[in-house]
Amino acid sequence: MRADPTHVETDVLVIGSGGAGMYAAIEAARAGAGVFLADRSLIGRGGATVMAQMTVAVALVAETPDHWSHHLADTIRAGRGLTDARLAHLLCEEGPDCIREMDTWGVGWARRDGHISQAMAPGHDRPRCAYVDFLNTGPAVSKTLRTVVNRTGGIRKAGDLMIVDLVRRDGEVSGAVALHLATGAPVTIAAKATIVATGGLTRLYRRNSASANMGGDGYALALRAGAPLVDMEFVQFFPIGHLAPRLIGMDPIMWDPFRYKLGGRLLNAGREEFTARYGTPEDGRYVVTRDLATYAIIKEVEAGRGSPHGGAYLSFEHCSAEALRQAFGPVIDRLAANKIDLTKMPVEVAPIAHYHMGGVATNVRMETEVPGLFVAGEAVGGANGANRLSGNAITEALAFGRRAGRSAAERACGARQAFRAADARAAIDLVTADGSGAELNTAAMIQTLQAAMADDVGPFRTQAKLERAVGVIDRLTAALGERPAGDSGAFDMRRIEWLDLRNMLLVARVVATTALRRTESRGAHQREDFSEMVPEWQVNQTVRMRDRRIALASVPVMVEVAAQ
Amino acid sequence: MSHTATLKVWRGVDTAAGRLETYAVPFEPGQSVLDGLRWIRANHDPSLAIRFSCINANACKECMMELDGATVYACTARLEPREMVVRPLSNKTLVRDLVTEIAPPAERFKG
Repeated sequence: MRADPTHVETDVLVIGSGGAGMYAAIEAARAGAGVFLADRSLIGRGGATVMAQMTVAVALVAETPDHWSHHLADTIRAGRGLTDARLAHLLCEEGPDCIREMDTWGVGWARRDGHISQAMAPGHDRPRCAYVDFLNTGPAVSKTLRTVVNRTGGIRKAGDLMIVDLVRRDGEVSGAVALHLATGAPVTIAAKATIVATGGLTRLYRRNSASANMGGDGYALALRAGAPLVDMEFVQFFPIGHLAPRLIGMDPIMWDPFRYKLGGRLLNAGREEFTARYGTPEDGRYVVTRDLATYAIIKEVEAGRGSPHGGAYLSFEHCSAEALRQAFGPVIDRLAANKIDLTKMPVEVAPIAHYHMGGVATNVRMETEVPGLFVAGEAVGGANGANRLSGNAITEALAFGRRAGRSAAERACGARQAFRAADARAAIDLVTADGSGAELNTAAMIQTLQAAMADDVGPFRTQAKLERAVGVIDRLTAALGERPAGDSGAFDMRRIEWLDLRNMLLVARVVATTALRRTESRGAHQREDFSEMVPEWQVNQTVRMRDRRIALASVPVMVEVAAQ
Repeated sequence: MSHTATLKVWRGVDTAAGRLETYAVPFEPGQSVLDGLRWIRANHDPSLAIRFSCINANACKECMMELDGATVYACTARLEPREMVVRPLSNKTLVRDLVTEIAPPAERFKG
């Protein structure tokens, strides 16, 4: 006989402690709600925020005349006709407040002449991107929010807690079931409101720039709880992820800030600049947007003009040692430790899975279609349409997190706990199940999925490639079976990875299937067999779970900027 | 030059009853110890427990362990073509294999 799971109760459950989750927790607590902040990793350490080395786009009017409406116009233009204007409006209008609040919390935005410095980034009409030197934006944002979480009363923190499924009662989310990794024990959580702040899905890809936590679990949780997803075919590839020589202790997206500062030259095997061939000359400035740069690099490689490891060269050889030292600061020494001298050699870069435009569908209160379920940060779908602008990810983490925290606290205020243990039974059984006994190599299965997604559901897609990927997903899903691998002991990674694969395979299927259905090319979704953007496809695709199968539909784009 | 790194990895759930298991890992210059441990998981034994999330950036600070007796981050310690001994942190409570309880007490789940 099994012991009853450990049970906790809270007003607001926040799943994920990156920038969005921590801001949501702070805001909900400030609004008077009790908060339970759960993370499968360490609080404020996993996720994507801590990895962000770049910039935060906001119309601050610190150095340059600006207005959030200009930022909104750029965000909508970048989204190639699919941006949800209501969400983009919220991001652009409330972003500056969040950035200023972070400033009062001591995040340390880089300053020039007393003003917060704002860098120019591709796709923006003026310098708009705040940052923390050197390569420290994400760590500084995470550390600051962690400090504020720690000094805000009413927030309970729970690391090593992996949410396995949301629990519903009468069509509303009433809490969740979790696996406590450090003990292997099941935990039930009753919550009056639940916020999914789990980030994106870059772990589905072989080369990616986010942490191993970002396997799309929030999308799977929401989908199984009845909430629709939107724009799931749009995976953003970051064009200049570090490829070679092998670097340790550095994030692969590290080159972007230096391109902001110094330009840098993107070169093919013949050491020629090539982006002009695809419509955007660089001339030493960093102006080419992410989708176009990704396209240009992959096409050069296909044409046999790639760098030795299959990417492009990024060169700062034209910059003086002094200019490099000024721009890179102590990072020059970390590069030297990796035997890289930028005055004498280029590095190799190639597109890398970076961010997901799609996500859980929500209104401007960050409330999903399922009562009691809210969403924040990258887990939200729609705000960035078919292509996200540089700098909008941290901004949306903060702005959406704050809004979700406030909305969830409003719902929790005066509501009663609807959680019933009986509704949690199936998920508890998954956590506590005796192992299937099957000799699954879950780590290898994840690698197989990542290879299929990278090779066939990457930036350039065809019907044949996508169908091949669906075939791999079918085989892996069948191999995974219904009963978890591993056992219910402490930190059994076979069990953890089995539960991860359950989510990853569902989300991978959603990405591949929506990509198959969209027979056109738009933003981050490029079909080599349907290379034109088609006006009829200016619609968002939604995905729902019906009878354990996914169902796709098209809905009109929310183009109206509603009053907030 | 040898093209194999020999990783002797401490395994177990009880500090008093563990064992060292030996794995031969193909060596490529520039790799990290974490690369080697991940290779073992994917190619030999997925039950090997390690804690990491950022993989390579040294941002999450989760992959702390003892390498030849010294505390390191596995993501920044270089793999070398020789015998290397990897153990869990000896000053933290053991969870399993190379995983220890490293979170500050206020950030741990308490039922």
